[in-house]
Amino acid sequence: MSEAAVTSSGDVLPDGTKGFVEDFSADKQAFQVPWGKAMMWIFLLSDTFIFSIFLVSYMKVRMSTTDPWPNPSIVFGLEVGGVSVPLLLIAIMTFILITSSGTMALAVNMGYRKDKKKTFWLMVATAALGASFVGMQAFEWTKLISEGVRPWGNPFGAAQFGSSFFMITGFHGMHVSAGVIYLLVVANRVRTGFYERRGNNYEIVEVAGLYWHFVDLVWVFIFALFYLW
Amino acid sequence: MASEEGQQHPLRIYWIMWIALFILSGFSYWTDFWPDGALRQTAILTLMFMKAGGIVWIFMHMGWERLALKLAILVPPVFIGVLIWLMAIEADYTFLTRIEFFGESTMEPQTPHH
Repeated sequence: MSEAAVTSSGDVLPDGTKGFVEDFSADKQAFQVPWGKAMMWIFLLSDTFIFSIFLVSYMKVRMSTTDPWPNPSIVFGLEVGGVSVPLLLIAIMTFILITSSGTMALAVNMGYRKDKKKTFWLMVATAALGASFVGMQAFEWTKLISEGVRPWGNPFGAAQFGSSFFMITGFHGMHVSAGVIYLLVVANRVRTGFYERRGNNYEIVEVAGLYWHFVDLVWVFIFALFYLW
Repeated sequence: MASEEGQQHPLRIYWIMWIALFILSGFSYWTDFWPDGALRQTAILTLMFMKAGGIVWIFMHMGWERLALKLAILVPPVFIGVLIWLMAIEADYTFLTRIEFFGESTMEPQTPHH
């Protein structure tokens, strides 16, 4: 057993379970932000590592395969009026997500201005844009699956293309879907005055906004590294 | 609590950031029409980091947070660079080993047509 711990002011700290509880409830604060925001940032940091691992493994399989990699600008191209436009759907999805990021940033700002109505509608707009993004992703998946793209192979080139694609965009789409639900829950609480009754505090809108911006942030990386590269 | 008003800033900075994101994404899409090469890859990565920086700094308010939070969140991802480096070495080795033992690819991929 260790010696009894003594603080700088000479107090002897208890050992065992009691000491454990005292240590963890000690009056120390490293981050001068609401706890919800600190926890969201730490969650997003861990999520950063998950997405990084997916993207790095995608880099690894793409570099190490000897088969030619399918050309994403053709695979994800769409035909409009007889003309094949490269990467069209992905470009539209990118702009939708950026638009939703803007409405979210405004919602956070309106929350701090205690403007309930504008905060609510901006959050609903953000969620609607997010839902349309997921809808387009479902369309994209359906199209690729009907063309024979599978996690274990595809007719256009290296087999690893399918597994990377479904894994990365699927996990991102799941985040968007979860974000839509999260935003709608918070938006509804804004509408019903839940936060008004709790000291008129709309910090939770900013925390939800952090999550939403992160989803957009991840898309920036996926767009550059998977679709454009 | 940080300050009484939390992260409240003039609306103008959000509009500027929003428009900047649209312009930068437009450029990103434009690079898809460029010929492949180092220039295109540099452009893709530069635009990616510019957009990511703007989102984190302005939209996620990281620029206004205290240094303790900035460092706690932004320093750990730097180490992902080590993973990228290690996996790039490993990928190179796997590629050369595959060429050595299985030879060049004989795959004849189809061209997608929509």
